[in-house]
Amino acid sequence: MAMVPLDAPEPPRTLVIACGALAREFLFLKERNGWDHMSITCLPAKLHNRPQLIPEAVRAKIREMRAGYDRIVCLYGDCGTGGLLDKVLAEEGAERIAGAHCYEFFLGSPDFEALNDEDPATFFLTDYLVRHFESLVIKGLGLDRYPQLLECYFGNYSRVVFLSQVPDPALEEKAQIAAARLGLPLTIRETGLGGMERFLAAA
Amino acid sequence: MSNDLDLKSLSDEELVEQMHDDLYDGLKDEIEEGVRILLDRGWQPYDVLTKSLVAGMQIVGADFRDGILFVPEVLMSANAMKAGMGILRPLLAETGAPKIGKMVIGTVKGDIHDIGKNLVTMMMEGAGFEVIDIGINNPVENYLAAIEEHQPDILGMSALLTTTMPYMKVVIDTMKEKGIRNDYIVLVGGAPLNEAFADSIGADAYCRDAAIAVETAKAFMSRRQGSALARQVA
Repeated sequence: MAMVPLDAPEPPRTLVIACGALAREFLFLKERNGWDHMSITCLPAKLHNRPQLIPEAVRAKIREMRAGYDRIVCLYGDCGTGGLLDKVLAEEGAERIAGAHCYEFFLGSPDFEALNDEDPATFFLTDYLVRHFESLVIKGLGLDRYPQLLECYFGNYSRVVFLSQVPDPALEEKAQIAAARLGLPLTIRETGLGGMERFLAAA
Repeated sequence: MSNDLDLKSLSDEELVEQMHDDLYDGLKDEIEEGVRILLDRGWQPYDVLTKSLVAGMQIVGADFRDGILFVPEVLMSANAMKAGMGILRPLLAETGAPKIGKMVIGTVKGDIHDIGKNLVTMMMEGAGFEVIDIGINNPVENYLAAIEEHQPDILGMSALLTTTMPYMKVVIDTMKEKGIRNDYIVLVGGAPLNEAFADSIGADAYCRDAAIAVETAKAFMSRRQGSALARQVA
């Protein structure tokens, strides 16, 4: 943690509006960096499956909580909103981390593009998605009720890439099980949290 | 559920209504049986298609739009319809069912998602369009080759990813460069798209779901036929 001069101005009270999939990662970084001026509020990670609902949900959250903060930033990628989240953020005077998805800001854009160019049939997992694979992927896509839809959802994929933020053998094992459930081979890439940390440090 | 029900014991009207329910519930076997019963009773394949399957899927589509049904249920319904279409397709070809237009459709380069595209393909076929599906991960060359080979009325492009949807503009711009853009109706769709995006890339319309795609395609075809008729009269 950097030393702060005694006469330094108070940092702006900053609200981080995040996808629920990033809460744990934010809290880890907050503690590591001593970001006491930052608070987090999350929207449900299951919105990932219904991205059209994200922009207005973010707007509502900004309006609900704006009064108590000097600054609001968003831990969301575009997340399939087709630019509509950016439009809402511009209208509400907030900003977000760059990238199309969390996969992109975990990996960094050049590596994300390279992976997709190498094989666009890549299904990404993150620490959060591995932890909640059953509820978000299996139940979220209805595969618990209709296992016959597996081919329909995943038939075109050729591999799973697990983007590991905080290395953990237990999670790696769960990722193996998840990939096997989808009938796909698994690759593990350690990404760390550098992209998120840099964005929040500058916020 | 028609598990306990002898579909053959139902009148035509009751059977069609039951098929709507079975389609809603995604019961593939029951749909196949219902289609066969109607055909055995002398129904024209086109009538079976429109009155049982398409009408049933319209109910599914409306409830999806209203948030009553979700993607898994719609996919189960679509699978049931697909099974019924499997029986009807060869018969429709034999009996010369009316064709109201032709469409080439594909998912853009870098994108391997095809659930929405497949739904559109099926609903367009059900509505009387001939559909040439060129699959997933298509570079512009594939679209141009399919257009040249099949001479469709409509080009449909699909994308699920924010990162791949800009490729639709590459296709449209290439069509402009070649002077063929205005020869085709270009419809686009996919979860991250919206009307503003469709306008910005120069597509003719954004289609929010498969049912809207059918309505939009029909509307454009009517306009196109109206224009052709007007030119002939003039």
